[in-house]
Amino acid sequence: MCLAIPAIVIELDEPNLAVIEIGGVRKQVSLMLVDDVVVGDYVLVHAGFAIDKVDEAEAQKTMDLLQELARLEQEAGFDEIH
Amino acid sequence: MRYIDEFRVPAAARELLREIDALDAHGTFMEVCGTHTMAISRAGLRPLLAPGIDLISGPGCPVCVTADADIDRAIAVARKPGVILTTFGDMMKVPGTEDSLASASASGARVRVVYSPLESLAIAAEEPGSQVVFLGVGFETTAPAVAGTMLEARRQGIDNLRVLSFHKLVPPALRALVGLDDFDVDGFILPGHVSVIIGSDAYAFLPVEFSMPCVVTGFEVTDILQAILRLLKMGASEASLEVEYARAVRPEGNPRALEVMSQVFESCDAQWRGLFTIPGSGLAIREEFAAMDAGTWEVELPEPTRSKGCRCGEILCGRIKPMDCPFFGGRCTPDNPVGPCMVSSEGTCASYYLYSESDGPDERGEGADIGR
Repeated sequence: MCLAIPAIVIELDEPNLAVIEIGGVRKQVSLMLVDDVVVGDYVLVHAGFAIDKVDEAEAQKTMDLLQELARLEQEAGFDEIH
Repeated sequence: MRYIDEFRVPAAARELLREIDALDAHGTFMEVCGTHTMAISRAGLRPLLAPGIDLISGPGCPVCVTADADIDRAIAVARKPGVILTTFGDMMKVPGTEDSLASASASGARVRVVYSPLESLAIAAEEPGSQVVFLGVGFETTAPAVAGTMLEARRQGIDNLRVLSFHKLVPPALRALVGLDDFDVDGFILPGHVSVIIGSDAYAFLPVEFSMPCVVTGFEVTDILQAILRLLKMGASEASLEVEYARAVRPEGNPRALEVMSQVFESCDAQWRGLFTIPGSGLAIREEFAAMDAGTWEVELPEPTRSKGCRCGEILCGRIKPMDCPFFGGRCTPDNPVGPCMVSSEGTCASYYLYSESDGPDERGEGADIGR
């Protein structure tokens, strides 16, 4: 029940609403629980509300770490073959 | 999809599994959140982990921990003339003492399933002659959305929206759980989206007072594996609170959402199904919003009956696993649930049942071959 999906903000509507897109599907959500959202931000959507913005710098740090882990794994696999 | 696909990197997951294996460490960790339970089962993670690393599920499915008496009250409210009860779909089949909302609906009660509490507001506007009651079930992730809907009703002057608040709070439940004499886990995989709202600081007491290692965790496989790795490295001697899900969780949480939640709700004692009454673990509607509170309505409730033999309570505390319950997979299946852990799509039993192949063989209870 505590699922929340990251979605991009496509359009801001009055009062305090936004159109977001998730995997090609557009939907209107409430921005009542978040401050300072602009078009292009990623928000976490739960039960028709944006519950916070995605911290894109922090996301990038984890994504870089995962890429590094994937590189290590592929190198280890290469060593095993040779 | 951006910020989902990048966290589903099979090679990174394999490397994390290799690093976990290489530590040659043991540990039993509780994933508190039902969404984590489902993610772990769906990915088939349990059998992939090194022997000696056990993941057990906690009381983190709000549907599962809603007390029988609260379900009975919701059904009684739905049966009142002139009422439309709106609810998340997961609540429909949860058995109360005698009935479920689904059976009440079949016998004439007006019950509608909604995705967002805001839909209840739209129904209230379309049906001014009815009282529209939203069944408020959920943790801190959901409670601000319900509070926001109530504030919006007031702003728009819609005066026929009511709420039954059975919301629950996670930190008081964790405090109660770690205080149990037989509670025996080595660390918590803490819920990501509850923490978006309340912030990681809300769990500071766990490492400080109980030497309990904790990692606030996201919902993709690589998130969960990173959390397990961090918990194993930490160990009880260096118990601390870390945030793996930093792309969404701040120490202070979401102040705006917390403010909306506290405008409408105040904490109260709450009964957790299968557990007990936990002080300060529920959310009651504040006096200023009493006119919207359907919890104060007079209704006739059935006499509570003795337990049906279901062991959901022990499963919710992590004392036993679903396959230790004699009903699991036999008398109790998602089509015909005996207890709430099998009803909710994120219930521990439902997720073990649905993904049983990936959780290893011979893990079903007596009579497991019946009805499959």
